[in-house]
Amino acid sequence: MTAHAIELAANPRAPAGNPMLPVPYRVERVRRETYDTFTLEMVPAQAPGLAAFLPGQFNMLYAFGAGEVPISISGDPNDCPILLHTIRAVGAVTKALCALKRGDMIGLRGPFGSGWPVKQAVDQDVVILAGGIGLAPLRPALYHLLHDRRKYRRISLLYGARTPEDILYLRELERWRGQFDLEIDVTVDRGGAGWRGNVGVVTTLLPRATFDPAGTIAMLCGPEVMMRFCVLDLRKCGVPPQRIFVSVERNMQCGTGFCGHCQYGPAFICKDGPVFSFDRVEPIFGKAEV
Amino acid sequence: MIQTLDSVIREHAFFKDLEEHHIQFIAGCATNVRFQEDQFIFREGDDADHFYFVREGLVSIELLVPRRGAVTVQTVGPGDVLGWSWLAPPYRWHFDGRAKCPTRALAFDGKCLRAKCEEDHDLGYEMLKRFYNMAFERLDATRLQLLDIYDGPRD
Ligand SMILES: Cc1cc2nc3c(=O)[nH]c(=O)nc-3n(C[C@H](O)[C@H](O)[C@H](O)COP(=O)(O)OP(=O)(O)OC[C@H]3O[C@@H](n4cnc5c(N)ncnc54)[C@H](O)[C@@H]3O)c2cc1C
Repeated sequence: MTAHAIELAANPRAPAGNPMLPVPYRVERVRRETYDTFTLEMVPAQAPGLAAFLPGQFNMLYAFGAGEVPISISGDPNDCPILLHTIRAVGAVTKALCALKRGDMIGLRGPFGSGWPVKQAVDQDVVILAGGIGLAPLRPALYHLLHDRRKYRRISLLYGARTPEDILYLRELERWRGQFDLEIDVTVDRGGAGWRGNVGVVTTLLPRATFDPAGTIAMLCGPEVMMRFCVLDLRKCGVPPQRIFVSVERNMQCGTGFCGHCQYGPAFICKDGPVFSFDRVEPIFGKAEV
Repeated sequence: MIQTLDSVIREHAFFKDLEEHHIQFIAGCATNVRFQEDQFIFREGDDADHFYFVREGLVSIELLVPRRGAVTVQTVGPGDVLGWSWLAPPYRWHFDGRAKCPTRALAFDGKCLRAKCEEDHDLGYEMLKRFYNMAFERLDATRLQLLDIYDGPRD
């Protein structure tokens, strides 16, 4: 059993009750992050709500009359019972979710899936590589690491976005950068005239980060092609594949490994993923037919 | 502690495993330079007689596009090597390079190194391997940038 598997097996936060039954939650706040991305802040309509979550886990969000989609939890794991989800409006259901207002109700199931290896990362350097909306599923891991800051060695967050207007959690990133116990570097693919920061893909930030490759845990989330290039560069730096963790997304329905919609090689993403150590998925990662 | 130029060069990954006499020669071609915010380091079309190793700050590689002004295609920061036009004819810069903030770098005399590479093919081959690798990495990064991976629904 790998360290990551042991960490997940010991998860005390597995969902209680019938995992197929949505639990009603009320929208407390809708925060506009970018022109197409919103964060919903929700509380259970009745106590106790869903079980606490591990950083990296997701919920199934049921927008009444529109449908149900998997969305990672983007808030602080210590902030129970408030749940935050950062959602990019791309289709029917996510657009319906982004149209919600304070006081509206939705149904939530979960939390489901594996989490980021925050325990395995104790006493290690941590390198977090995020691209676009991929920062949202990683934010709970950052909260966790910062909460227990002394347990970890160097922490680097390398974040790539399309343009400066697409950068998520800007104020929080600025605040974290000011704390000096976290190295943060942000880059954009296209910067306008007013942008004073980095321009280029997220992999170009890696040589500037300070970490000991053999004692590093890397956590990656973003478009699959971005993660492929990040893995190549991390390996070039000497980080072994079992220390690189990627978050894989596929369409899914039940969230419990029952329906088979999200089968990914020998695994089900909803139950065994979405976070996998790279050595587990290497033969199938990035393959079109999987 | 003040580091000597040769020790700075020796410690940089770009020059890793070079023979000592080559390091010494390269160090002899290097000078410390500083640029102020918004200062041009080189301009498109100028003679490319230098390359740089950025030690602190940020440099944007820009192209002047009609009606859009200066467009930054990439930035290079601490630890990055900047410029390869010194290595291939016609030895002219194809882009503008501008300091985005106060920037400190080592400037290498490309003319002098070029002549030495012609004379000493071992050094020439080592330099070509390194600059080829850098160009290869930049090409990969540019391709990824062109894919516009963050556009559309989560890839
Ligand atoms: C484990 C997991 C965690 C996720 N976390 C988040 C999150 O935190 N925030 C967020 O905004 N989204 C997240 N997603 C993606 C989200 O579930 C989809 O965007 C959503 O299902 C789209 O549904 P829709 O009805 O709005 O769009 P649809 O009409 O179903 O699809 C619109 C377009 O999006 C594409 N699409 C749908 N699902 C995905 C997907 N999973 N990956 C790539 N393309 C897709 C479709 O092919 C189509 O082109 C996550 C997905 C998974 C599997």
